[in-house]
Amino acid sequence: MREPPQHRRLSDGRLHLNDGPIDLIIEAFGAEVEIERAYQAAGLRFQTLLDELCSELPLLRTQATANSLHPKGSVARRMADAVAPFAPEAYITPMAAVAGSVAEEILEAMTKAATLNRAYVNNGGDIALHLLPGERFRVAIIDRPDQAGAFGRAEITGDSDVRGVATSGRHGRSFSLGIADAVTVLAASASAADAAATIVANAVDLPGHPAIRRAPANAFDLQSDLGEKLVTRDVASLNADEVDAALARGWREAERLRQAGRIVAAALHLQGETFVCGALSTLSCAPAKLSPPEDFPSCPALIFASAS
Amino acid sequence: MLEVADRIDDKIRCDACPVNCFIKPGMTGACDRYANHAGELVRIDPHVLLERTVSEGGKIVPFLDRPREWNGDIVNGPSPVITAIGAGTTYPDYKPAPFIVSSKIDGVDMVTVVTEGIYSYCGVKVKIDTDRHLGAECAVVRAQGEPVGHVTTGEYGSQMLSLGGVNHLTHGGKKEGRVTCETLLDLCNGKAVELTVDGGVSVVVQAGRAPIINGHAEERMRVGCGSATIGMFAKQWYGKVDEVVVVDDHITGVLSEHQAGKVLGARDTGVKIKGRRSTPGRYFHVAEPGSGWGGAAITDPLDILGPFNPKEAWPGLTMLMVSTTGEQHAYYELDDQLRPIKTRLPENLVESVERIRENCEPALCSVLFMGGAGGSLRAGVTENPVRLTRSVRQALTTVTAGGAPVTVWPGGGITFMVDVTLLPENAFGYVPTPALVAPIEFTMRLDDYAALGGHVDYIRPVEEIIGERANRLGDGTLR
Repeated sequence: MREPPQHRRLSDGRLHLNDGPIDLIIEAFGAEVEIERAYQAAGLRFQTLLDELCSELPLLRTQATANSLHPKGSVARRMADAVAPFAPEAYITPMAAVAGSVAEEILEAMTKAATLNRAYVNNGGDIALHLLPGERFRVAIIDRPDQAGAFGRAEITGDSDVRGVATSGRHGRSFSLGIADAVTVLAASASAADAAATIVANAVDLPGHPAIRRAPANAFDLQSDLGEKLVTRDVASLNADEVDAALARGWREAERLRQAGRIVAAALHLQGETFVCGALSTLSCAPAKLSPPEDFPSCPALIFASAS
Repeated sequence: MLEVADRIDDKIRCDACPVNCFIKPGMTGACDRYANHAGELVRIDPHVLLERTVSEGGKIVPFLDRPREWNGDIVNGPSPVITAIGAGTTYPDYKPAPFIVSSKIDGVDMVTVVTEGIYSYCGVKVKIDTDRHLGAECAVVRAQGEPVGHVTTGEYGSQMLSLGGVNHLTHGGKKEGRVTCETLLDLCNGKAVELTVDGGVSVVVQAGRAPIINGHAEERMRVGCGSATIGMFAKQWYGKVDEVVVVDDHITGVLSEHQAGKVLGARDTGVKIKGRRSTPGRYFHVAEPGSGWGGAAITDPLDILGPFNPKEAWPGLTMLMVSTTGEQHAYYELDDQLRPIKTRLPENLVESVERIRENCEPALCSVLFMGGAGGSLRAGVTENPVRLTRSVRQALTTVTAGGAPVTVWPGGGITFMVDVTLLPENAFGYVPTPALVAPIEFTMRLDDYAALGGHVDYIRPVEEIIGERANRLGDGTLR
């Protein structure tokens, strides 16, 4: 039976929206009346969002190419637009940007309806941000969604270009073609970050390595947009050189995207090692890796929940 | 709209949302909430904690009060169980603990100081119920190839491992520390961890589950040592068989020589056991330790016997050899040359072998987390940390971990152990120091708290905490 979309306010005032696989944690900052207005707009937009998406699912699960049909729904269009730049370079479907696009759509509904200083829509770790100049968010970055603990933090200021954060890797709900535990990308929008994180996480790999067990995606999920493509099921312990080699492959891809202006920064994580690409002033991993900063456990304003 | 079948083969089409996933048995849909459980579409997220407790016969604490996974609220439900899980902490802990909560219990004002500790020196003690030889005492125990601890003493049919601690967490290599932290975290959160013992076995350890040793799940814990087994079953054997040898790597028992047999009037049989005789009918070191009969490295029990003494033995003498779990047994008759010939176990002895098996308890792994409330953690509780220690010593302050009772070691400091299965699921976390993060609560009378220099200015009534449902976590999954 179709369960209706769920809306509720968490005990600390944040808004929680849930419908099928979409799980959003939303927080707006500003005048009380504006926050209320923003949350109402978010709830209203959310009401039909999943149904709209699902009406075009077959198209959204199809490889994006230069000749792809244009979807009709506004979220679906965000998805198609986000993956289009990757279509000539790699196998990608609009589904690679679904989480970020949903977050973006809801955030836009909120900022159109209300005047906010800052706001975030966190869709299971793929986050759309609204920041006025001078405002900032602090983000904790985790490497393993199935374990507690953060390996890095990013501080995103309203003066930067970053308005989206996304994490992809093999531990999340979706499948990965690569072996990264987590790749976190900061980009100008959540949908762009989402698509790029998928691509960079796929690039962290050691093709043909015996320690990596792969299986066709559709053996586990009949409707996976990856079809028979081999997705990573398990990665045994790699030695330090192998970890570095796999991360270097991903890092080159991230650096290419960064130089092309398609992302702002990325942190790539595999078996305890982290490679960072881009402005360290925005994305900082090194200090947290060695020791928790003094205010570490109580600081996170946002937390990544799972890779996408 | 296309008509879609509800099933393809054994897959179910979920109609909880318009994604309409086809879900294979044992898998979940895109939402991770609906699953195909043996052909039934089931919702899996709401009752995880409760079900686990109920299925294990435990006491249910009102921890979840709504159909969602725990989202990080510190206090839940109408009768709050305040745990420190997700309370957060500061490190070093120079600030007052995140929550200092007052409430009335039986009319007495009580204070609970709720915090999470960062345990850089912590470890776990693992008890593995098995007769099998896991490795020599002091042998290094590894996870993912990294040393994470060692084999310690064998005690009462269990092998003890000591894992973690400062030497692996912080004094070893970087990878060693990370792997140790991950191993401790998984064990404490009730996950299965594969460990290998240098010069020994591979063992999969999971709190509350049977150990899996070299791929074999251990079923039973020995009923007792070989000698004890003789004592327990001598009466049931006497008169039905001339000799019984209970093969045990620790103490092998021999009915005819054992005090229990002597009392019944058992006749000498001339049986010759290899190894060192301790007292009559009790033999040490009959073979090398291993994973065969009774935890010895033998698959043929006759390997522990020498030739029968012709002055005492006689042709036709019957002998039962059995392991301490009853899982292995063999029955022999001596031929004319006094050689034991294996024959079928007579009906009237089957029951006694079964009874050994029946009296064995299920073999389990148990995991105790061991941590200490160091100086800095205590500073989060009181301005005068040593007074907290004294207060715990004097039993004025009760220590709990995630609401679970702990055992506080005598001696210096507040070093405690807690059965990890008593804590709510995923109560443990980590920081990359590396160190484990675990909840700890100190509960005491309000006046005692003031007397020991507590941060009384920070006390908040429990109603206030419930009222604002102070959330310290992100979206409830992680800190």
